[in-house]
Order: sequence, then C-alpha cells, then structure tokens
Amino acid sequence: MSRIDAKFAELRAAGKKAFVAYVMAGDTDYDTGFEVMQGLPAAGVDIIELGMPFTDPMADGSTIQLAGQRALEGGMTLEMTLQYARDFRKSDDTTPIVMMGYYNPIYSRGVDAFLTDAKEAGIDGLIVVDLPPEEDDELCIPAQAAGINFIRLATPTTDDKRLPTVLQNTSGFVYYVSMTGITGTADVQSDEVAPEVARIKAATNLPVIVGFGIKTPADAKAVASVSDGAVVGSAIVAKIGAGEPVPDVLGFVGELADGAHSD
Amino acid sequence: MAQDLFNSFMTGPDEKGRFGDFGGRFVSETLMPLILELEAQYEKAKTDDSFWAEMHDLWTHYVGRPSPLYYAERLTEHLGGAKIYLKRDELNHTGAHKINNVLGQIILARRMGKTRIIAETGAGQHGVATATVCAKFGLKCIVYMGAHDVERQAPNVFRMRLLGTEVVPVTSGRGTLKDAMNDALRDWVTNVRDTFYCIGTVAGPHPYPAMVRDFQSIIGKEAKEQMMAAEDRLPDTIIAAIGGGSNAMGLFYPFLDDKDVGIIGVEAGGKGVNEKMEHCASLTGGRPGVLHGNRTYLLQDDDGQILEGFSISAGLDYPGIGPEHAWLHDIGRAQYVSITDVEALEAFQLCCQQEGIIPALEPSHALAHVMKIAPDLPKDHIICMNMCGRGDKDIFTVARALDFDMGEFE
Ligand SMILES: Cc1ncc(COP(=O)(O)O)c(C=O)c1O
Repeated sequence: MSRIDAKFAELRAAGKKAFVAYVMAGDTDYDTGFEVMQGLPAAGVDIIELGMPFTDPMADGSTIQLAGQRALEGGMTLEMTLQYARDFRKSDDTTPIVMMGYYNPIYSRGVDAFLTDAKEAGIDGLIVVDLPPEEDDELCIPAQAAGINFIRLATPTTDDKRLPTVLQNTSGFVYYVSMTGITGTADVQSDEVAPEVARIKAATNLPVIVGFGIKTPADAKAVASVSDGAVVGSAIVAKIGAGEPVPDVLGFVGELADGAHSD
Repeated sequence: MAQDLFNSFMTGPDEKGRFGDFGGRFVSETLMPLILELEAQYEKAKTDDSFWAEMHDLWTHYVGRPSPLYYAERLTEHLGGAKIYLKRDELNHTGAHKINNVLGQIILARRMGKTRIIAETGAGQHGVATATVCAKFGLKCIVYMGAHDVERQAPNVFRMRLLGTEVVPVTSGRGTLKDAMNDALRDWVTNVRDTFYCIGTVAGPHPYPAMVRDFQSIIGKEAKEQMMAAEDRLPDTIIAAIGGGSNAMGLFYPFLDDKDVGIIGVEAGGKGVNEKMEHCASLTGGRPGVLHGNRTYLLQDDDGQILEGFSISAGLDYPGIGPEHAWLHDIGRAQYVSITDVEALEAFQLCCQQEGIIPALEPSHALAHVMKIAPDLPKDHIICMNMCGRGDKDIFTVARALDFDMGEFE
C-alpha cells in the first residue's frame, strides 16, 4: 500500500478528515524551508505538498509566485527539492510527500531520471498543474508505472462529460480546485464546494480533497465537513514570506489542522 | 497524389495539436475545457464561408489589404546582388501585421458570445491592434503589458488608452512579455465564462498556433500571387523576423510545399548569441521545453527555469518561439539565424535612407540578414522579405540608441 493510501486508511479508521499543507521548497531559504517542512507532521499535517519552484507559475497568485522567486534567488533547484525529501525520510517514513509544480523542470531533467530519483527520495505523488489528461503520456502514465501517484486537479469547469477523463489514470486522491482562479486570491465558498465534491465522489472511490482560497481554521473546518480534507497553501506561505519565526508558522499550521480535524 | 500528400509540410498540427514533438496542450484543467471549446468553434468557423466573407470585407475596408509587394530598387542596387521585394504589411491599419490575426479572433469571439477580450503585448502592436478591433465592435478590452515594456513603448500605451482599453502593467516575474502572458493566462483562469483570450502570436496551447498561423497566412497567399504577377515566378528566398513567429509563419506557410523556395527566420540576437544568454534566439540558443501551453525551444537554464531574453526590440523579446517553427527547424525545412541589436539598428537606418521607409525594429532584424546575404547572391535571385511593421513606435528607442536627444524638441 502506498503511503498516501495508508494515510487515508488511517484517517478513515480514526474518523478524521485530512489536512494537507503546501510549502515551497527553499523558501525563504534552504534551511528555513526544510525546518518548516520537518515540523509539519507534528503540527498536525497529514500530507505534505512540497512546492517545486518555477519561474512561470501560471496558476499561482502573487504569494506563491514570490515564494518561488525567493527560492530560486536563493539557488534552489529540483535536485535540492529532492534532497528535502531524502532528508525528511531519515526521520519520517509515513507522512506522504506530494511534489507540486509545473512540468518544465521535470521535463528538463528527463522524465525517467526524475521518476527514478523521486521514487528513491521517498516521493509519493505528483501534482503537475500544466499536464491535463490530454498529455497523460508525458508523465502521468510513466509515474504510475514507477509507483508514484499522479494526482489530478478537478475544477469547476470540469463538467460531467469531462469528469471521467479527469478521473481516469488518477490515483492517491483527487484535488478539487474550489474556484475558477489562481491560488491565494478569493475566499473559498464551502456551500458551493459541497455539491461539486458530491458530484466527483459519485464518480470515484478516491478521496476528494479541496484546495484554493482556504485561509483560516474556520475555512478548513467548513471545507473538511463537505469533503475528505482541506489543503492550505498561500495562507501558510504568506507567513513564511513575511519572515515569521518557524515556531509561529507551525503554530498557525496547527490551528488550521485543528480546524480541519475538528469536523 | 498520395505520395504528394505524404510529403506535404502543410498538414500539421495533428489531433493532439502537435507539429512533430512540438506544440500540444500544456494547460491547467480549468482552461482545458475552454481550449477544447475554442478548437471546436474555430474548426466550425474555418469551413464557414460567411466567416471568411466577414474577414475579407474587414481586411479590405478596415485594414487596407492586400498590402503591396514592393520592389526595393535602391536597396537592391545599394547591396548589389539579389533582387529585393518587401511585403508591405507595415501599411496595415495600426502599423503591423498583428491586426490580421486579431480580426479573426475577435470575429470568432463574437460568434462565441464572449464580451470581454484579454490580450498580452510586448511591443504594444498586438495590444493596439486588439484595442482597435475591440473599439470597433464595442467590446471590453484588457491588455497585459510588462512594466518594462510599458516604459519603452509608451506611445503604444497611450494609443491603447485612447482606444478605451485598460492597460495593466505587469510587475510579476521581471515584467516583460513572458510575464504579461502569464498574467493574461491567470486572468483567463479566473474569468472563464465571459472572456476570450486573444493571443498575439503562433504560441500558446493548441489551437492557437494553428489558428493564428491561418489568420496570418493571408500575408503569404498575397505575396505568392503578387510575386507571380510581378515576376511570373516564385521567390528564391523568403525572410521574416521572429518574436513568437506569427508574421514569419504567415509568410512561410503558403510556401512550405514549394520546395525550391528557401525559408529563413531571423531571431533577435540581442547582444550576441553566447553563454551570457543576452538574446532572444530560442532556436539558435535554446533547447526544447514546455511553457505557456506548448512544447517548443526555450531559453532556459540547466534546471529548466525560464530565462529572460534580451533584445532592443520589445516585440522580439520572448524566450520561446511558436512550435511550428521548432518543427520546421528540426526537420530542416526552414533555416533560422540571428541578428544582433547593432546589426538591426544599422538596417533600420539604411532602410530609412535608401527606401524612405521607417521600419519597426522587428523587421529591421530581417532586413539586416538580407543585407548580409544579398550582396553575394546573383542578380536574378529574388528575395521576399516581410516588412511586418512600421517604426513610429520605435523612434524613441532608436533615438536613445543613437544618442540623439529628443528632449531638444519638447
Ligand atoms: C512589427 C512587429 N513584428 C514582429 C513582432 C513579433 O511577433 P511575431 O514573431 O509573432 O510576428 C512584433 C510583436 O510585437 C511586432 O510588433
């Protein structure tokens, strides 16, 4: 069983929803970023989304764009992001790590080489924003063959006709994007999310996790109550970017986790 | 016949939007249904006579097509070799080829019931063309323009504002054309229902590279007919400048299967194509990657991070190139070269002096390559170069480069 499947089985047994946190590798610098990542499980994070910095993050708002820029200015590379996972795995062999980002750095390294390295580093899943099902041959199919989950985004524009295409070749969980838009802008509307999650769940047995626009413990709770879990990114990244001390950042993550888990 | 078809260079892209390995649809899921819908609507319009009738009517009466094919006699004599013709697309309404494509996309947008048009722009020519056609049809228009370009192309910013367009200076990334395209995509992801994204070059996800090429192909179709009328034969060489590659694709496409016609694309060499990467020559100095919805040659570092290009010409300042050019390059049907800022500035001045035509900095790059090759070619070798834009927008940049103080006249 993959770490992601095991985690969801564990949560289900405990009657708990998942709390997923996104952080950018190398933000604000290599050591700070790693310190935050390492502290996430103890703060209550069930699954870590590890952002791979990219110069042109076309689905992200300014908070995550700037985090990526900070990381790149500090010399962060894909290899160093993989090193985060290797070092993390020395003390934690259960918390799933999902790498999230854009295709070009992976393509540039070479898909096969990347998948071998990612598997060895202890990566469990990939979310690659600019690879829709129409481009599954690029990375999705090879990733699944290499034993890494390929997690797909479903969005408000994914209508019923298209949904089966999106769910095909998906594994681990489905990430429902709560709005049409970019990260870190509008606020999530959990009443609008509820029927969409129900629609997706009717078509798949995979857990459905919701992200985009979740900023507070109350948001996390509201979203978790209508889905299998909540993802928070920009709200955490904003605190890291503002230079808040790592314990304070992790304290905030803990409040968000409590929100999601309190459902 | 079957053999002819098999050998054609004009059948791309395939159903996945690929030209060989290049192109494709590398966009987020939110946009995927939108580009599928656009593709379906474009396929319908393409075979609809009333769509093309509307295009031709506006091309004729609003844009001023056909643009002349002009024998540049003094330039030819000055260079002393090949016979040089200029395809005068700089005479179009709004001063560049960009409007050929904008008309097509806006007519399509209207058919699709879209009421809000967004565009990215570098030099501002595509922005001005989009603002113009939106004003004509009473459509809301928002143009994303890198903050750096807002500064160096100020006259075009003012033009767009006069035309009722909202110009949004883009400060994300480094504030150039690539970042403007990112922000336009972010707008589109946010405003999926009412918004049409009018892309200004043969890049972006399928169907944009093919659609923009089809709209710009009027350049090559006319040039072919005009050349037959003038010389009773096709040119030996056709040449165009390349930013994203739309004016070049427009000229090249109708000639792709005329195998005796040599095709040359001219990229911006900036300060020189070397390891310092201060240029925009994606084909001569880049490698394949994925950006803005398609796979193509890109300026990037070893880690797949996109590099900012450098060129005196804002319109060529883009780290990628249309995927069809990437394919034509790899299969060897077209040749791609680069021209530096200094060479382009020389060509700019020569064109003013020899022909009484103030060219844009973008086609000045193509002209600089003509200057390089024409002297060594025989007098019966015919070159057709796309004069894709006029230089009004560039006079401030050129004045600065030539140390001419415009302030004296204020
Ligand atoms: C006059 C002119 N030529 C060329 C270009 C480059 O675009 P493309 O390569 O798509 O023709 C521009 C872009 O702004 C332009 O204004």
